[in-house]
Amino acid sequence: MNSETFIDIDHVTFGYDASRTILRDVSMRFARGKVTAILGGSGCGKTTLLRLIGGVYRPQQGKVTFDGELVDPRNRERLYAIRRRLGMLFQFGALFTDLSVFDNVAFPLREHMALSESMIRDIVLMKLQAVGLRGAAQLRISEVSGGMARRIALARAIALDPEVIMYDEPFAGLDPISMGVTANLIRRLNDATGATSLVVSHDVKECFEIADYAYLMAAGGRVVAGGRPEELADSDDPEVRQFIRGEPDGPVRFHYPAMPIAQALGVPQ
Amino acid sequence: MIAVVESIGRRTLAAFSALGHAAFFFMDLLRHVPGALRRFSLVIAQMHAIGYNSLVIITASGVAVGCVLALQMYYALVPYGASESLGLVVNLSLVRELGPVVTALLFAGRAGTALTAEIGLMKAGEQLSAMELMAVDPRSRVLAPRFLAGILSMPILAILYSAVGILGAWLVAVKLIGVDPGNFWSIMQARVDVFRDVGNGIVKSAVFGVICTAVALYQGYETQATPEGVAYATTRTVVFSSLSVLAMDFILTAWMFSTP
Repeated sequence: MNSETFIDIDHVTFGYDASRTILRDVSMRFARGKVTAILGGSGCGKTTLLRLIGGVYRPQQGKVTFDGELVDPRNRERLYAIRRRLGMLFQFGALFTDLSVFDNVAFPLREHMALSESMIRDIVLMKLQAVGLRGAAQLRISEVSGGMARRIALARAIALDPEVIMYDEPFAGLDPISMGVTANLIRRLNDATGATSLVVSHDVKECFEIADYAYLMAAGGRVVAGGRPEELADSDDPEVRQFIRGEPDGPVRFHYPAMPIAQALGVPQ
Repeated sequence: MIAVVESIGRRTLAAFSALGHAAFFFMDLLRHVPGALRRFSLVIAQMHAIGYNSLVIITASGVAVGCVLALQMYYALVPYGASESLGLVVNLSLVRELGPVVTALLFAGRAGTALTAEIGLMKAGEQLSAMELMAVDPRSRVLAPRFLAGILSMPILAILYSAVGILGAWLVAVKLIGVDPGNFWSIMQARVDVFRDVGNGIVKSAVFGVICTAVALYQGYETQATPEGVAYATTRTVVFSSLSVLAMDFILTAWMFSTP
């Protein structure tokens, strides 16, 4: 393994049950301190990949290593030690709705660090300041917008200064301003903390602006291509081109497989 | 014929498998209880959420049942000239049976469904997954404090239910019907045993607390993370809790009060 590789996905195959394979022989490497985007359409297994890295599931074949250590859900103690080095931003924030904004960000600190309340307060306010929401500290989660929720979740994800930050669809459902703010934050946080960032998304433009490297996944859990954003943008591969340019038809068919329309309508051939 | 046998076999296996799954969940829950005891502030907060919010329905139901019980028992006892036993009959009915059982049924409907919906929505909103990925075990942080709070709240609510029930009975019997108040209270003091009657009632309600809370948490934790799944889980909480409480009540009554 390359010494710069922080997370290694090595020939991983995974499915939630034996009949349906989500990821098929997937191999990826995530470089230390870089922003890597994992692009792909809905249902191609991007989020599942993040969950495999977090040890929520165990690959049916292949292995996932985190800083050289095998991620194995069966070894709970080691798994939790790995997870303490991880921060994850969920698609819709996954904020704790019974806690305030402040308490959400303070949650990992209170759970894992033996710090005084005044120190926790200082750290939480600094994290909220980094995402521009220090003034919203005392709000209830029901009082914040979708974009704000995403930023609060980001502040919570970085509360423990993790070495790896995983972003699951960070741009989904955001207005253009919130999208730009979030993209900018991901890049700035990565540069400021030196963390390794994994961004799962289908927003090509935003990802290409902030990513150092990108993988493209396709239906069936395959990795179609990997490279720097400019390399992918110039790719001649029809599958890559269709996704990057958002073409409605191509290797990924517009129509779901079905019998010919004439036959379905009973029109004589 | 073979298809019918196959179907019965498949359903039986599925039922046993579900039972085994629930048993493992329950053992897991018990394993996390010591951790919850160490963070008792979480348990207190949940006791407030579970117990305090059930006070109105428990009090209202207790008073109503006490009033009706006094009236019914009075009509039943008068023909036999045994109306002086009214206080005793009402008390024993409440502390031995109605207090623990009706409180448990109301608890399942009020607090149990709220617990299932809360945990189910936390699951649907990925809050439990987020906790897991923060290296915080949801079973010790979310489930165990609620489990302990349910067990501790139920006997308190059952005592309250019986107490307000007796007051309701007093109101009807003494103030409305005109039963002698000294008779009403003194026969209770003379014939109700603190350990055998009140104590066993409290033990019953603690057992019902274990059943109702464990069922509610299990249904919430194992629910399908969809709105339909959560709705279905809350219904199952009420059905399974109520049936389990009624079955367990029979077993406990037979065991506790088998000798006269």
